[in-house]
Amino acid sequence: MGKKIVCRCNDVTVEDVEALIDSGVTDIEELKRLLRIGMGPCQGRTCVPIVLGILARKTGRRQEEIPLPKARVPIRPVRVEVIVGGDDE
Amino acid sequence: MSKIAVIGGGITGVATAYELAKLGEEVILFEKNYFGSGSTFRCATGIRAQFTDEANIRLMKYSVERWEKLEEELGFDVNFKQTGYLFLATSEEEVEAFKNNIKLQNHFGVPTRLIDMDEAREIVPILNTEPFLAGAWNPKDGKANPFKTLFAYLFKAKELGVDAREHTEVIGFEREGDEITAVKFRSNGKVESVKVDAVLNAANSWAPFVNEMAGLKRDLVPITAYKHQLVKTEPLEPGQAEPLVCPPAWDDAYIIQDGEDGGIICGAGIEYKARSLNDYEPTYDFLRGVLEYAVRIAPPLRYAHIVRQWAGFYAKTPDKNPAIGKLLDNFYIAAGFSGHGFMMAPAVGEAMAEFIARGRSKVPLDWEWYDPYRFERGELRASAFQIG
Repeated sequence: MGKKIVCRCNDVTVEDVEALIDSGVTDIEELKRLLRIGMGPCQGRTCVPIVLGILARKTGRRQEEIPLPKARVPIRPVRVEVIVGGDDE
Repeated sequence: MSKIAVIGGGITGVATAYELAKLGEEVILFEKNYFGSGSTFRCATGIRAQFTDEANIRLMKYSVERWEKLEEELGFDVNFKQTGYLFLATSEEEVEAFKNNIKLQNHFGVPTRLIDMDEAREIVPILNTEPFLAGAWNPKDGKANPFKTLFAYLFKAKELGVDAREHTEVIGFEREGDEITAVKFRSNGKVESVKVDAVLNAANSWAPFVNEMAGLKRDLVPITAYKHQLVKTEPLEPGQAEPLVCPPAWDDAYIIQDGEDGGIICGAGIEYKARSLNDYEPTYDFLRGVLEYAVRIAPPLRYAHIVRQWAGFYAKTPDKNPAIGKLLDNFYIAAGFSGHGFMMAPAVGEAMAEFIARGRSKVPLDWEWYDPYRFERGELRASAFQIG
């Protein structure tokens, strides 16, 4: 059987998430930063709901009780030149 | 063995808790939010000894030596990389100032040297060399992963018996004379109290409120939170801009390639006084301002994508040097790091722990320089060299 990937941007597996929760890290903001889930170009669209599900199951909470990690702007990646304007040189 | 309460679960509090436990002390660590949630997890990852005064140069030289062995000591990957800091001069006057700084840094054993733009280009392939005359280059400066580093300290601290509590807010003290005898704290709505022999205020931006709870004036140690922001690009090929690259004359704008995923972190000294200690809202002005500098430093960045922008606080004192020392008989402070808490933590944690447990420390930390009572006496230090 292959690995069960939860984060395609940073190659994080279900096992990675479970191991970290087992080591006592149960705050979604901490899981995010140690695993880098939600920090790739997809901005957490794929991985965050899956990780919340795992966290809920492992800690006996309902998924809706767990706050989402803080979302970052931009919502979708933006090219730098769109913000600074075209090449004037 | 005494019982010591550490308030603030950022890098300074966690590193000090670990060092105290190593010395055999019993430690209870309080963090009112999640660990690292204040300034540590929002920092730009940089570590440098290129300061412009003796106290900060000596402290950071020692800290870098600790960083070099941290992974081995803590048994956890912290991704410390000595990829250097490169400051860039835009005028002859700045070149002269760099030469003076380099002389001072060399005097204390920091191997900074002046380099020309050909060498700078070799170190930073995407650098636009045209606006710059020379660089101050210290290859021993570097960067580390703040998330991994904090947890490396925390896991080890817990192994050594530290009682580390997050989402647990300190709400008051019991004080007899000039001694704190107990800490009151709240967790999940429940209020408890613990007897302590000493307390460290490591709350950085929140430190004035902790001082006030201890019966001191809130502005005895005047720390003001300034919102500083960062912008990060998508991952780029490693090796494009590994060092922190900064022309101080350009609002000390800088770029540094994240040692973890290769994205370029862009910062600048475009700061805003925080409206509250929840004021983490990123601003468009900053985004545009920082990127205008970033593409002048490294033109190919124009074609990269921005994936995230975030804000954190520089907990600034009036002279941008931290307040480190004793405020009452058994009440200590290490706060107001003004953007330098992460890089200083290995040295400050060790120094603070030894000072609390033994009354003195082998760390080359100039206690007089960082004296927390200097503000009340009106004795400001020369401003610490701050960027971003």
